[in-house]
Amino acid sequence: MKDWPLWEIFIRSKQGLSHKHVGSLHAADAQMALENARDVYCRRNEGISIWVVESAHIHASTEDPEAFFDPANDKVYRHPTFYDLPDEVKHM
Amino acid sequence: MNTTFEYLIRLGDNALILSQRLGEWCGHGPVLEQDIAMTNIALDLLGQARMLLTYAGQLEGKGQSEDDLAYFRDAHQFRNALLVEQPNEDWAYTIVRQFFFDTFSYFNYQALLQSRDEHLAGIAEKAIKEVTYHLRYSSEWMVRLGDGTETSREKMQTAVNDLWAFSGELTTPDETDRLAAESGVGADLLKIKPLWEQKVASILEEATLKQPENIWMQRGGKQGRHSEHLGFILAEMQHMQRTYPGNEW
Repeated sequence: MKDWPLWEIFIRSKQGLSHKHVGSLHAADAQMALENARDVYCRRNEGISIWVVESAHIHASTEDPEAFFDPANDKVYRHPTFYDLPDEVKHM
Repeated sequence: MNTTFEYLIRLGDNALILSQRLGEWCGHGPVLEQDIAMTNIALDLLGQARMLLTYAGQLEGKGQSEDDLAYFRDAHQFRNALLVEQPNEDWAYTIVRQFFFDTFSYFNYQALLQSRDEHLAGIAEKAIKEVTYHLRYSSEWMVRLGDGTETSREKMQTAVNDLWAFSGELTTPDETDRLAAESGVGADLLKIKPLWEQKVASILEEATLKQPENIWMQRGGKQGRHSEHLGFILAEMQHMQRTYPGNEW
């Protein structure tokens, strides 16, 4: 059981549009990971769909976030904040 | 004694005692994930026991609540099958015991969906969803460990051999079972027996485990003749209520 790989668990709730990462757990294979996820993360009716992904298959960015994401910081025009909204438009 | 009351007590006690047994895994599971799985199943069973014992108490009409029935009866008044009071021992025993019981419980509740007693049919409708998952869970562990390593197969085979003698009682009808089935309230165990045997044989085969032969089947739990284990279970389960009757959270 010490050799069981780690799995990342994603749950889609009833109202949710997409699966959300909720945590991780150990399991011998995908089937067991799904059942463990059902027991560990859906005990209180949290979800209607589960994805499991072996953690080893996830590739994460490792760069220093300041440098990696810096080019986005100085381009304020990428945010649609320069428009005057008419009063009639609600919920923006 | 009222047949339906007696019949309901059997169903309720099976769920209650197995729930108590599974609860012993709480904090002791082989891994956190299975620890939670065990207690999840235990809580499902406890919910079934509450519905069944509450209803039994109402039918009896002597004002006994679910708590009275759970905490203030002695071992000889319990009507659970001997299988569910057998100790957890190790993971293999726990899984085999669960699988034998789930298979019975699944077909039994399937039949009870058609019960003439609407309240009982309603309980079956709620329970069948839970038990379907329990059976899937225990079946998969049977195969995973039976058809696993040499050590895991050996442990599973030992558990199957030791628990086999307690499996027959589940599907062997006595007078109460016959009367309950005849009245249309209870399930016909003679019809459930072949279903149980078929399912168990197919999973044992998939798990590369041998089915024991020529084993004397123990019985008596349904009539209140229990193994010594039940007394210890009740001592722990009933201790608080016996010491402080009516005590609440």
